[in-house]
Amino acid sequence: MLTYILRRLAASAVLLLVMSLLVFVGVYAIGNPVDLLISPEADQKEIERVIAALGLDKPLWQQYLIFLERALSGDLGRSFAFHTPAIDLILSRMPATLELALAAMLIAIAAGIPLGLYAGLKPDSLIAKSIMAGSIFGFSLPTFWVGLMLIMLFSVHLGWLPSTGRGETVALFGVQWSIFTWDGLRHLAMPAFNLALFKLSLLIRLTRASTCEALLQDYVKFARAKGLRMRRVVGVHVLKNIMIPIVTVIGLEFGSVLAFSIVTETIFAWPGMGKLLIDSIQVLDRPVVVAYLLVIVIVFVFINLLVDLVYSALDPRVRLAPGHAAG
Amino acid sequence: MLQAELPGARAEVESLASLQHAETPLKRFVALYAESRLALVAAGVLVLIVAAAIAAPWLAPQNPYDLQQLDVLDARLPPGEKSAAGMTFWLGSDAQGRDMLSAILYGLRISIGVGAIATVAAVAIGLSLGLVAAYAGGRTESLVMRVVDLQLSFPSILIALVLLAVVGQGVDKIIVALITVQWAYYARTVRSSALVERNKEYVEAARCLRLSSARILFRHIMPNCLPPLIVVATVQVAHAIALEATLSFLGLGLPITQPSLGLLIANGFSYMLSGKYWISFYPGVALLVTIMAINLVADQLRDVLNPRLAR
Repeated sequence: MLTYILRRLAASAVLLLVMSLLVFVGVYAIGNPVDLLISPEADQKEIERVIAALGLDKPLWQQYLIFLERALSGDLGRSFAFHTPAIDLILSRMPATLELALAAMLIAIAAGIPLGLYAGLKPDSLIAKSIMAGSIFGFSLPTFWVGLMLIMLFSVHLGWLPSTGRGETVALFGVQWSIFTWDGLRHLAMPAFNLALFKLSLLIRLTRASTCEALLQDYVKFARAKGLRMRRVVGVHVLKNIMIPIVTVIGLEFGSVLAFSIVTETIFAWPGMGKLLIDSIQVLDRPVVVAYLLVIVIVFVFINLLVDLVYSALDPRVRLAPGHAAG
Repeated sequence: MLQAELPGARAEVESLASLQHAETPLKRFVALYAESRLALVAAGVLVLIVAAAIAAPWLAPQNPYDLQQLDVLDARLPPGEKSAAGMTFWLGSDAQGRDMLSAILYGLRISIGVGAIATVAAVAIGLSLGLVAAYAGGRTESLVMRVVDLQLSFPSILIALVLLAVVGQGVDKIIVALITVQWAYYARTVRSSALVERNKEYVEAARCLRLSSARILFRHIMPNCLPPLIVVATVQVAHAIALEATLSFLGLGLPITQPSLGLLIANGFSYMLSGKYWISFYPGVALLVTIMAINLVADQLRDVLNPRLAR
């Protein structure tokens, strides 16, 4: 196990290095770094100072080393718009995004698994068919449009929920949370549901498919033959086995929730990293874009590592197979 | 409950009997596909939508991008209202006095066009790389698959967003972005089916005939890799259209001169809070129906083309 973790960590480090190289090539070799990283308002003196600091007069491989060194020490440039270090800006927005993503994931899991289980156990009932029809809707509805329609219904017509912002927050462990205040919760409800909808449909379909498959297995027949109650067969034997693909997907999809939060945050003006990214792209605040990129890569590498570890803990069959340590 | 007899088993037997009359693979395919009425309806709707998109210039009541036909006095009229010139806005009008129905028809044209072009190009790239990877093996294979794995570990929207943030807006650029995020899915699908096909007897037979590698690869292996690829590609067209709409909505996709459905929805966003829902609502419905029809068709294709469910 330890060897496996070490190998995976090494693979992740290599991946990070590759990604930093890609980001570097994107910014320094394809684009013009002078345009990309120096504020258009800077005067000649400032431009020369930054060129020297970034080593833009040196050969490309030396520039990469400088870039790497600066990135490792947490210096990813300063935002043109906010005049603060880009990395601080992103980290300060991160809790809002994580809160939104976690809330969405929670909704998707709490509703998706029971609904999918039901649809799998009674595939021919009317309720199961409506659940599946609903999940096709959830799959097809574009996230951003659902967000707009939610605002139209709950904010404009009914006036129940606020359409923008985070509302009142309280500090816990030095981080601001919306989820612990009533006002914050009201602000969180729509964006979280909006973000959850796609994953909810995905989990319903995945749970249903796994349940259908599991019910045909010998261990279920055996458990039934032992005279166990259906509730125990489903709750223990079936659930335990279908958890393996579900946990994997939940883990992998968490990353995609983080990515899609860019859209949801923009619609609901949720002050997270995603909205910051879109705002930064629109005002050409490129250091923030570059910093976002590196931060999100680290987050993804971490998530993938975590998923693999949980996966190997859940499924003994993959425990000692470190050969396929991709991603 | 578990021991209950399989529902629909008898219907299956009957349909099997009727299938034996189907002589050609195409007829067999159509007969299998037509088993689901919902899928048939979806296919019909999809054909209608594509036809409407292609025929937009002839179908639309006005050319929404000919400024001479627009009148600012007609701006933001609700559905059913008549314009100053006497034309009825069945789906309302937008901030420039544009007929929403016409704008949607033209928008569909752009959305579907961009999605289809990007998918065809991505299929071509993914298919060739996947085949080559499976056939060549060794270093080539591990290199291609490493890149595929790397790319698939990031959500496509993120990759597309970052790419567009670097290269800027434009139809060509969004197509490149869509190709970039899609090819890996195809490469992976094709490689895994080609790996299976490579070891089958007919390939061995072709090798014994000393046919060239290229011929074996493209004439023998490739056709047998297509069914799963078709299923993935159908789903991916829907993804591509949704992704393009999302990117355009965020202001990173198509320029304002080529308004796809996503851009139309974005234009209506600011009017929504004042209750003028139709500017965003109807383009969204058009988008939804299109994506849903494609998804339903893909669902049925998966069932029909899946060899594991072969009947």
